[in-house]
Amino acid sequence: MKRIFSLLLLVGISVHAQEYFPNNDDISAVSNITRVITNATIVTSPGKIISNGTIIIKNGKIEAIGNGISIPKNAVVEDAGGNYLYPSFIESYGDLSIKTPQRASSNGTAQYDEGRKGYYWNDHIRAEQSAMDYFMYDTKEAKKYVDAGFGTVQTHLHDGIARGNGMLIALDNNGTDADRILKQESGNFFSLSKSRQSNQSYPTSMMGGLALLRQTHFDADWYAKGHSKSKDLSLEALNAKKNLVQIIEAGNKKNLLRVDQLGDRIGKQFVIVGGEDAYEMIADVKATNAALIVPVNFPDAYDVSNPNLEWFVNLGDMRDWKQAPGNLMTLSKAGITYAVTTKDLKSPADLMSKLKQAIAYGLTEDQALAALTTTPAGILQITDMVGTLEKGKLANFIMTSGKLFEDDTEIYENWVKGSKHLIKDRSTKDIDGTYATTINGTTYDISIKGKGKKSTVKIDSITLGSIITYDGDWINIVTTQKETDNKSYTRFLATSQMNNLSGTAYLPNGQEIAFTAMKNKDASKDEDDEEKEDDDKAVKQMGTMTYPNIGYGSISKPTEETILYRNATVWTNEQEGILEHTDVLVKDGQIAQIGKNLSAGNARIVDATGKHLTSGIVDEHSHIAIDNGVNEAGHNSTAEVTIEDVVDHEDINIYRNLAGGVTSSQLLHGSANPIGGRSAIIKLKWGYKAEEMIYKDSPKFIKFALGENVKQSRSQNGVRFPQTRMGVEQVFEDYFSRARAYANSKNDKDFRYDEEMEVLLEILESERFVSCHSYVQSEINMLMKVAEKHGFRINTFTHILEGYKVAEKMAEHGAGGSTFSDWWAYKYEVNDAIPYNGAIMHSQGVLTAFNSDDAEMSRRLNQEAAKAVKYGGVSEEEAWKFVTLNPAKLLHIDDRTGSIKKGKDADLVLWNANPLSVTARPEITMIDGIVFFDLERDLGFRESIKEERQQLVNEMIMAKNKGMKTQTPKKKDKTLYECETIHW
Amino acid sequence: MNAKLFTGNMKTMKNIVYIISALFAITATAQQTPAPVQQGVYTIMNATAHIGNGEVIENSVIVIENGIITAIADATSVKMDLKGERIDGYGMHVYPGIIAMNSTLGLVEVDAVNASDDEREIGTFNPHIRSLIAYNAESRVVESMRPNGVLLAQIVPRGGRISGKSSVVQLDAWNWEDAAIRTDDGVHINWPSSFRRSGTWYELGPIEPSKNYKEQVTELTDFLNSAQAYNSTVTPVGLNLKYAALQPALNGDENFYIHVDGEKAIRDVLKFIKANNIKKPVIIGGREADKVATELVAMNVPVVAGRVHDLPAREDEDVDMPYKFPKLLADKGVMVALENSGSMERHQARNFPFYAGTVAGYGMDMEQALMMITLTPAKILGIDKKYGSLEQGKSATLFISKGNALDMRGNQLTRAFIDGRDISLDSHQTELYERYMNKFGAEIKR
Repeated sequence: MKRIFSLLLLVGISVHAQEYFPNNDDISAVSNITRVITNATIVTSPGKIISNGTIIIKNGKIEAIGNGISIPKNAVVEDAGGNYLYPSFIESYGDLSIKTPQRASSNGTAQYDEGRKGYYWNDHIRAEQSAMDYFMYDTKEAKKYVDAGFGTVQTHLHDGIARGNGMLIALDNNGTDADRILKQESGNFFSLSKSRQSNQSYPTSMMGGLALLRQTHFDADWYAKGHSKSKDLSLEALNAKKNLVQIIEAGNKKNLLRVDQLGDRIGKQFVIVGGEDAYEMIADVKATNAALIVPVNFPDAYDVSNPNLEWFVNLGDMRDWKQAPGNLMTLSKAGITYAVTTKDLKSPADLMSKLKQAIAYGLTEDQALAALTTTPAGILQITDMVGTLEKGKLANFIMTSGKLFEDDTEIYENWVKGSKHLIKDRSTKDIDGTYATTINGTTYDISIKGKGKKSTVKIDSITLGSIITYDGDWINIVTTQKETDNKSYTRFLATSQMNNLSGTAYLPNGQEIAFTAMKNKDASKDEDDEEKEDDDKAVKQMGTMTYPNIGYGSISKPTEETILYRNATVWTNEQEGILEHTDVLVKDGQIAQIGKNLSAGNARIVDATGKHLTSGIVDEHSHIAIDNGVNEAGHNSTAEVTIEDVVDHEDINIYRNLAGGVTSSQLLHGSANPIGGRSAIIKLKWGYKAEEMIYKDSPKFIKFALGENVKQSRSQNGVRFPQTRMGVEQVFEDYFSRARAYANSKNDKDFRYDEEMEVLLEILESERFVSCHSYVQSEINMLMKVAEKHGFRINTFTHILEGYKVAEKMAEHGAGGSTFSDWWAYKYEVNDAIPYNGAIMHSQGVLTAFNSDDAEMSRRLNQEAAKAVKYGGVSEEEAWKFVTLNPAKLLHIDDRTGSIKKGKDADLVLWNANPLSVTARPEITMIDGIVFFDLERDLGFRESIKEERQQLVNEMIMAKNKGMKTQTPKKKDKTLYECETIHW
Repeated sequence: MNAKLFTGNMKTMKNIVYIISALFAITATAQQTPAPVQQGVYTIMNATAHIGNGEVIENSVIVIENGIITAIADATSVKMDLKGERIDGYGMHVYPGIIAMNSTLGLVEVDAVNASDDEREIGTFNPHIRSLIAYNAESRVVESMRPNGVLLAQIVPRGGRISGKSSVVQLDAWNWEDAAIRTDDGVHINWPSSFRRSGTWYELGPIEPSKNYKEQVTELTDFLNSAQAYNSTVTPVGLNLKYAALQPALNGDENFYIHVDGEKAIRDVLKFIKANNIKKPVIIGGREADKVATELVAMNVPVVAGRVHDLPAREDEDVDMPYKFPKLLADKGVMVALENSGSMERHQARNFPFYAGTVAGYGMDMEQALMMITLTPAKILGIDKKYGSLEQGKSATLFISKGNALDMRGNQLTRAFIDGRDISLDSHQTELYERYMNKFGAEIKR
């Protein structure tokens, strides 16, 4: 109400008073004058040009447009002088004129519950927000958009995971809100970032954000059917805004794919904001069928002139600089629908230079124009209003001096709803050239070039320092004369007419002399400039791209081979034990044959004489290759989240793990809460995308955790239940009881689908396995009892450092143990951790594995396995299984991997020595018969990385020398997650 | 005082005393008793002796008397009378005690328990801070070193620009005084970082060049110059513990350990060494020192290479850089030892032999790799007259292993001696192992 009132106020004092409004400050007068622009080159839409065209504007709309239109009487007519008219641009993703609410204050204590009543249980779901409620037109900010050529902005409050609807405004700075508001509801917005208006913890991770969006939509459907007993304004709003365009901010290509997948799950086709690096996975981006709103903030070159700083920049980031401007071209070629946005740009004014960069990489001018006009109009479903210059549409257009994307082109005017906004006086003349100048009867040859401080003025052959400024068709030149120590200045004030200048020169001695200057010829271009132009004409190339597109990626995606390992020592992990002088044939991604003197056929032969062939290492507990948070710590149970949503296929640690012989890993949720998230079990197929890495028909796993982490022992102000091991037991009791009740409610009329409960039910029904972070014997025992009571089995205790104290109980329960070989002393609950743990559990019949929980250790798990030989005398053959077959069994993937057996996946490692030796290192690591690590190839990568870096360094220095913007070198590292890392 | 209450209290007191002593009894059994001074003579026969200086005697005889190696020789070419207890070393290997450099053993018991943490004093310039007095000789972490052959350690305080002084200890002692084999071996400088990281600990921002670097280097130089000036006065005005503490190092009686990484910073350190006439400099960490090898060799500056079991420092770096780095340095003639500072450094210190083993896996000769954790650190620490190698006249600080001690499988100690004292290879961990194997009636293998 307040809002509307202030709006009325604004309207009241306006000269644009609406006709039925009383007017108290002047006499009433109708001002709907028809305006006409003639003699314009009109680009009505990309590729469609009317030369010498006329446009007739009335009531803010285009009344007529074309050639040979009769001009109505009583119209104001302007001659465009052949200048160009283009539809003005549309910004689809702004927050222009939206007042951002204040950040919620925090008292330092985590907030787990919602802060509002009557809304959704999570404060970050704010679908009820409406841009209108935060709207306060900001003329100054709007001017930046107007000056950059924009006529329409879809603006909304950038706050929350569900943000509510936006609005569409015309940037009529001459008008009032009554003129500007085109649509009060335009677009319904979502993001993966939390609201600043609340400190509610959940979600603490991106996977939590994705899960929250899923559940919110399930709940909205349920609510729409009238099942809820109470009011939920957020869900109501979400349902009410269903028919608006649904827009979500995702960011990079990986998040883009993630939100599209989310959309598939909840039955929504989002328009996705992001994909500035879509060129790296263009086929996948195309396959989403999503329309995109793409930022164009291509990175500046790194200033690498100091070699000491060069190393800060990864090859991948250097490539970003080189390749990102090719993104739009790549999107166009792929036929993807996209609009561009000024999001992430310092100012809308930077847009044009970014688009010119894109055009240099082969984007056509029509494509660039479309991304600013027709495509956003289409995406926002406002083609009836804007996007092209056609009869009946808003008179939103810009007048430019020439073709829009040409270097010298200037925007003169931006007309919004038929109202002219002057940007640059088009009477301003470019005076560059050589003039025959007559002063006091003497004629000098004066040549003038450039403007501002970059200008030069030459009199005959003497070059003078100069500053040239323009004001409309007036020119002001100040030249400097140096005479020994003194500097003196001459000022010229002149007006230009028909290429000639006439005015007055004000000499240093105070004399004023009239002068005239007749232009002989236009300024010639310097040779440098010409060279530059040639340079610029050739379409720029994006250069090397690899899978993934960082150092150690392959030029082509690695493919499967038929390979015969000849004469190896083969660690089968089967009854056959360790076979000397044995051949192994790999075909169709599988182990085809094991034996002596196998015939090679067309297989590539690898001489493995003196070498050891094993199945690949399986890491039961890893946190590599995870994006944006490993812990969803917002609740004490978060079964609804899954690491599968956030697998990062570009983490260099995947490659490093391969170099250490790892072929499969369970990427586990962290240990911040008793019931954590679901796992991703992956094969380390470096160069493949996340969904190809995740096991097909993957066994289902979830992380549980006990002890110090879940009871927040090291938090100064832990307030989340539980704070003791006693409480931990009850968390499980509570959730499993609830899951049972949930199962029984499935036929109820008001049944509400709950992803978390569905997952817990899978556990109760033994369809999903538990891998539980655990340390001391009491809690281990407790969880087994809870599981037994609820009729299921704990599949794996992970860490399990006191497993040796209850090994017989574990064996009886049927739980496996995946432990550290020798870690201890890092916290109180590992006081009694001993390196003999593995050997003791193994001796009592517990299926035992060693895991890493650490990106460094995971690449030498073979050494860790060897510690089972040292500590407790496990045989070498059995010790080796601790990091291969046993974890494969724990993960229920032993039918596919974990041993060398005919028909199993060819996940193999060729070692230079006994794999348990301290000197062992992998020479070849293959997965599914595809070689992903090869020592020779690795050495090649090192060379090519060096060469490519050098080449890009040269190019960046060149860019700097050309005067392009640079940025300070920065080294970007991925956060190394471990169990305890909380935060997003 | 009410008599009744008094007796009541007495009873409670007794109970408490009983409980406390019971607790101590448990702790006491978990703690190994330091071995007594050597009484008789030991002769180790027929073992392969890994001298620590790069040499090997395949079939050796080693005589230990009064804590000293009185003879070490090739058993096939030497005739001598066999004395004392004969230890059959056939098929086994003898090594000098491994030295854990730049460690914090005994300064922290449990990482996550603040009350057990004594490794880091507040303040920027703390040359007067001495690690030795906080060293807990009875730490359970310390005793877990010995079964792996780690018998000596340099105990280093952390934090600040100058963190304080380290001392060298042997790892089978009643108390710190007993443990010390070189008190105050040097002062530790944490060289300013030439870069800084933005972001938070949980989501790293990019690393950028540090703006404070020059200022911090100047501050450090000023501090040193002031200390020089203070110490060059015959009778210093007033008492300044911090400056005074630097005198031995400035005189060359103690080392200057400079913890530094990165080519540029190392070059700056070399300039700093020259400009301040630092007599005994040692670089710790030293990432990228291979690029400055010529200068390091010319100036005779040893490098204690950072943790071998580490990740490459950046995405593009060779995957095996931390593994092969010590060899890169050694190949260029730099004197190299190993250290393992970093996360979980204390309990991991028992993996020193395997760090050296890994270096051997990446091309280093196995005996040269051994030298990086024995004789070279002894030289750097200034204890090589007594420790670091199996040589006649040196301390009998050594151990016998069933196999290659630098390999996890071979590192099976049968005996270990510190100054000839026949030390226990048990720990609370081996006791727990045995206790539970006994509970399960399973065969103990160690």
